[in-house]
Amino acid sequence: MSAFSAIDEEREIDRDEFTPGIEPQPTWCPGCGDFGVLKALKQAMPEVGRTPDETLLCTGIGCSGKLNSYFESYGFHTIHGRSLPVARAAKLANPGVEVIAAGGDGDGYGIGGNHFIHTARENHDMTYIVFNNEIFGLTKGQTSPTSPKGHKSKTQPSGSAKEPLRPLSLSLSAGASYIARTAAVNPNQAADIIAEAIEHDGFAHVDFLTQCPTWNKDAKQYVPYTDIQQSDDYDHDINDRREAAEMMYETETKLHEGEILTGRYYVDDDRPSYGQEKRAIGEMPEEPLAERYFDEDADWDRTYDLIDKHT
Amino acid sequence: MAEKDLIWRIAGGSGDGIDSTSQNFAKALMRSGLNVFTHRHYPSRIRGGHTYVEVRAGNGPVGSRGDGYNFLLTLGDSFARNPGEDAYYGDEEVKPLTENLDELNEGGIIVYDEGLLDEEDVAETDLEQRAEENDWHLYPVDLRGIAREYGRDVMRNTAGVGVTAALLDIDVSYFEELISASMSGDIKEANLNVLEDAYEQAQEFEHTHDWSAPEGDGHDEEQALLSGSDTISYGALDEGCRFISGYPMTPWTDVFTIMSQNLPKFGGISEQVEDEIAAAALALGASHMGVKSMSGSSGGGFALMSEPLGLAEMTETPIVLVEAMRAGPSTGLPTKPEQGDLEHILYTSQGDSSRVVFAPANVRECYTQTRQAFKIAYEYQIPTIVAYDQKLQGELRNVPVSFFDEEPNSDPGAVLTEEEIQEAAHHASGKFNRFQHDPEDGSNVSPRSVPGQKDGRFLATGNEHNESGHIDEDPENRVIQMERRVGKLADIREELDGLDTTHQTYKGPEDADYGIITWGSQQGTVFEAVDRLNDAGHSVKAIGVSDLMPYPEEDVTEFLESVDEALVVEMNATAQFRGLTQKELGRFGEKMSSLLKYNGNPFEPDEIVEGFETSIDDGELPHQRMKYVPAAGD
Repeated sequence: MSAFSAIDEEREIDRDEFTPGIEPQPTWCPGCGDFGVLKALKQAMPEVGRTPDETLLCTGIGCSGKLNSYFESYGFHTIHGRSLPVARAAKLANPGVEVIAAGGDGDGYGIGGNHFIHTARENHDMTYIVFNNEIFGLTKGQTSPTSPKGHKSKTQPSGSAKEPLRPLSLSLSAGASYIARTAAVNPNQAADIIAEAIEHDGFAHVDFLTQCPTWNKDAKQYVPYTDIQQSDDYDHDINDRREAAEMMYETETKLHEGEILTGRYYVDDDRPSYGQEKRAIGEMPEEPLAERYFDEDADWDRTYDLIDKHT
Repeated sequence: MAEKDLIWRIAGGSGDGIDSTSQNFAKALMRSGLNVFTHRHYPSRIRGGHTYVEVRAGNGPVGSRGDGYNFLLTLGDSFARNPGEDAYYGDEEVKPLTENLDELNEGGIIVYDEGLLDEEDVAETDLEQRAEENDWHLYPVDLRGIAREYGRDVMRNTAGVGVTAALLDIDVSYFEELISASMSGDIKEANLNVLEDAYEQAQEFEHTHDWSAPEGDGHDEEQALLSGSDTISYGALDEGCRFISGYPMTPWTDVFTIMSQNLPKFGGISEQVEDEIAAAALALGASHMGVKSMSGSSGGGFALMSEPLGLAEMTETPIVLVEAMRAGPSTGLPTKPEQGDLEHILYTSQGDSSRVVFAPANVRECYTQTRQAFKIAYEYQIPTIVAYDQKLQGELRNVPVSFFDEEPNSDPGAVLTEEEIQEAAHHASGKFNRFQHDPEDGSNVSPRSVPGQKDGRFLATGNEHNESGHIDEDPENRVIQMERRVGKLADIREELDGLDTTHQTYKGPEDADYGIITWGSQQGTVFEAVDRLNDAGHSVKAIGVSDLMPYPEEDVTEFLESVDEALVVEMNATAQFRGLTQKELGRFGEKMSSLLKYNGNPFEPDEIVEGFETSIDDGELPHQRMKYVPAAGD
């Protein structure tokens, strides 16, 4: 019998269950795109049939990290840039738990970039939502890895000399097996994409455009947007890596020309998740490791049986 | 002279099989009934460069490297075998012979490979003259020739072992057994032939030396040969650790490798990850789910773990980290031991530190203290660090097999079951109070739930937080949570002081006038020096400290009060442990002097004797290998 009765519990789930009684009202600025992520995530959870007790949300540091305070579940608000390594070990330790990681563009594409690349490469079965507002918000408006070239801020007074990072293209090269972009102003698409990302068996990366009305005033509200799956102008095959790469490149370029493209960019349903790969080579137990510590009948090997080779 | 310890040094190039040959040599002598101890010295290169291992063997307890050594088997250098490198590495071939001579004791034996070393090259050195001055006995043998006759050049090491056995009257069958068990097919046959031929040839030599290896008195029970890295790993496995994450770095790599090879068999998971920040963060992630987890690194990699370490303190997530020290700062001496990371380990990461640090002194303590580290970490929800160094990492020692006949412990510590969660305190909103202000039974430990358990939801955060984990900057809450987290250290000290066996180890007569204090891996060497000093008429005792945080105030105070003066022996340049002791005890500055060594080599027993005599005379050390720092006011 599982020591974790919340996992795969069959019952009706209401989206209100994900609103914490302690901090029901977020303190993000009025008009902040982060509200859109919270709303979409709450809407997606009942759709995928997961309860607060069987969900672990890991966040980084920044306005996005506050998601943990406003979303009822098990939570781990980690340190700047490190939500992914915490999250992926949690998934390996107990694959039955739904693991979602979230953070901002500075958190995920800047300070945590190394973890982003490697978590995507390894294709851990989890969802990663990046709140991309093209700015450092909580520290009051510095240029971020996704800020457009020429972006002026207190720390880049003459405007940034750097080309912005291309998050979708990076994700594809690194190995993510589900890649989408959505925007806070597009709540229904956002909820659908997050639900798909959660249900995807592998590393699902959602670049979520979240406008910052306080520190990125000259930036767009990400409207009007185009859903590339709904538009007659675009027709790429989301299972085709090459076509996806071209579509991503165009999307990333157009963002700074004022055209907002969103939707699904790449889906690879065939690639095994990291957990599956690791089990296939015998380096991960079939039963969730976390269960064993609650199982009174579990066998615990001892190293006395290894000593022979040292004699 | 048959009863002196054999200290056999095998020297050659990295890649010449120095490590594996010395391990087999040590094991053979262990099986012959002797106690053994090995000391490794190697450069930070893949191939080439000068490397040696010493095997000390005797019937007494051998808990340290010896003073100098008495048998040199030098193979020459493999890097110099590459003819294309002749111009640059012209005299490398002969260096494993010439560079080892300074520490060879009078009456010592030298076996060198005259097949590899040019006669003229040897003639150009001052070997003959020094041999005469020091009564060394030279045995040039064509080791390469013997190896080539039956197999490949690299089997020169086996030929050298055969010659050693013949010259020192060691029963060659122990080596035959080990070769038979560890090799197979043609390689095995070739090595056995090389061994036999070399042994027979050397028996025919005219033996100019008059001593042989000590004959083993035998062991009361079966022995095993293990390193500190082996026993740290085994301690972790026996304590139910089933998750490790790491990134390679010398000398930490040893533990990471041993764990990675064994964890799949034990039903656990090992993860090699992108950097040490990730390594520590993964271990936290697994521990958060209820799995007993560890990570670790050496100095530079451990520096990267600072922030996750602080997160573990703040979120009260149990974790065990290993810090395998090497000489710093920065990349330092990557393959040489030092105890310079003490303050780094104690204080790295922002804010007041609340962590536990043990520094085991030997192969046995590595096992018991690693087990204790897991118990403390999981019972008290606190990061616990096992600090050792490149010395203890690589040295092999024999331990009775029965020492490891222990039951495993899978207890995950202060974790609630779902039934217990139902009974436990919750916030009115339904969130579980995982960080209670005043946990039951007056303890500072607030038991945790783990994700997936029904009604156990809480938030773990690096921000200051309230009872259910939500971010909270209320001053009153802040003080309560801080006091509870930091207060665990006093509780742990009390538990450790109440154990049947303390982690501190003592040597010498209780009523001695003088004291020597050391910590971690230098203990064995210090204890040997204490015996010599007492034999020489001094009145000295020693304490080897393993508990670094929480500091063993009672044990060290009692020791310091009982002596007139104390010498603190440690491998670093700024007397870090002496500083810690003064800080923790707030006195004794005028009683403690320091003997420091930081040249990349661990202490030898006679160096400590010399340092002690300097300290009581307030004199000066006769050489630059060590530094003596007098007590305050002296």
